[in-house]
Amino acid sequence: MFRKIPWFKFSSPPNFYWLADRLTPWLWGGAAILGIMGLYVGFFVAPPDYQQGDSYRIMFIHVPTAWMGMFIYLLIALYSVIFLTWRIKMADVMAIALAPTGALMTFLSLWTGALWGAPTWGTYWVWDARLTSTLILLFLYLGYMALHAAVDDREKGARAASLLALVGVVNVPIIYFSVEWWHSLHQGMSVTLTDAPSMAASMFAAMLLMTGACWLYSAAIALRRAQVEALEREAGNPWVQDELLGAEEGGDAATAAEASGDLQREVRS
Amino acid sequence: MGKMLWALLKRDVSLIVMRRQDGLTVVAFFVIVTTLFPLGVGPELEILREVGPGVVWVAALLASLVSLERLFGDDYRDGTLEQLALLPCPLALVALVKVAAHWVSLGVPLVLLSPLLGYSLGLEGMELVILALSLVLGTPMLSLIGAVGAALTLGLRGGGALMALLILPLYVPVLILGSGGVVEVMYGEAAHAHLSLLGALLALGVPLAPLAVAGALRIVLD
Repeated sequence: MFRKIPWFKFSSPPNFYWLADRLTPWLWGGAAILGIMGLYVGFFVAPPDYQQGDSYRIMFIHVPTAWMGMFIYLLIALYSVIFLTWRIKMADVMAIALAPTGALMTFLSLWTGALWGAPTWGTYWVWDARLTSTLILLFLYLGYMALHAAVDDREKGARAASLLALVGVVNVPIIYFSVEWWHSLHQGMSVTLTDAPSMAASMFAAMLLMTGACWLYSAAIALRRAQVEALEREAGNPWVQDELLGAEEGGDAATAAEASGDLQREVRS
Repeated sequence: MGKMLWALLKRDVSLIVMRRQDGLTVVAFFVIVTTLFPLGVGPELEILREVGPGVVWVAALLASLVSLERLFGDDYRDGTLEQLALLPCPLALVALVKVAAHWVSLGVPLVLLSPLLGYSLGLEGMELVILALSLVLGTPMLSLIGAVGAALTLGLRGGGALMALLILPLYVPVLILGSGGVVEVMYGEAAHAHLSLLGALLALGVPLAPLAVAGALRIVLD
């Protein structure tokens, strides 16, 4: 049963490129549809909150982006394990392609949180446990991307960054709990998000729709970025030239053989 | 294997002790960073007392960060590190021994100096004891986490700033627990919980961090 599933088929760059080409239009379309529906429900259907009025509506962006920020870091760690264990290069391509989106989502959740906090808490920023640990998550993203970019040898940089992602993911719960605890020590900042009133069904629907939209958007943009990265890394291989110049102009036999030799050497190393 | 690692420990400690200015630079850095706070915040002891534990801990954090570039740097440049990787014992143990040597020669002076600095910031009695104790438990953890960052950024341009970006976020739990313990004592509570959690972190870090360091060193030496 398991043998028949081509687990590794889409880990080869040309197959990945082919698949991503066919997936991304659907993901973009889905993200747009869900986004429009979510915004409509969020702005026009969901009732105003009895305490917060209309300002709570920023939650429809804030919560999905916060979830995506955390989820994408886990995904990066997962791809890093795959990359370090099986040395599948596309796993690293996916990990580094996801990183900017994850950082963006984390930043957006901080930004929208600040905009929500201004009318609700009366300040743009408090050293709340969640805010602080989200900020630290943003730093972890920045460190991951900086390390990946800092090493000249791409393969080495990828391995170093993958290791860092693993160290980071082990530390994320420790950081979260220590920050939570640190917060409980300091009196006078008793505003928490946990005692928010329970949600109306339409609010929940808007939240779910926006989460779906963020999810599909992240998948689409990450696959696109991974495609570009794959083209760059595999430049010189026949499939890239086929892809870029059209199949009929694909390189002559000599360069194709040379390129596939390169590829085999890379695979072996 | 034990003899080999013992010899390595002695070599690393004596290298740091012989190059006196290196160690003293780190200690001086620790003192100067602490001195900057009264100059920036103002000399009122009540305020300094309030921020004291955090100040000493942040200074220790930064001193550890500054000292860690040396941990593998010199051995990497002169090729010793490659020889160490060839030793017939696990690279993780070699890394652990190097971190231990580093802590004994650079972390312990910080611990010994901390009551003095704490006193200058208005801490007293039991608070100073807990400050030193939290540093005893916390600074080895700083060295262990920092060693991962030091190994990952070995031989990179702008390694120092990059290392700060990589490991300072990971230092956060140690900082919170360490200075938190002293703050507890200041308000008349016991610091047991904080110190126990610091110990728990150390118990996790001692077996796990060297594995990550070894992995990072293998990437660099590959």
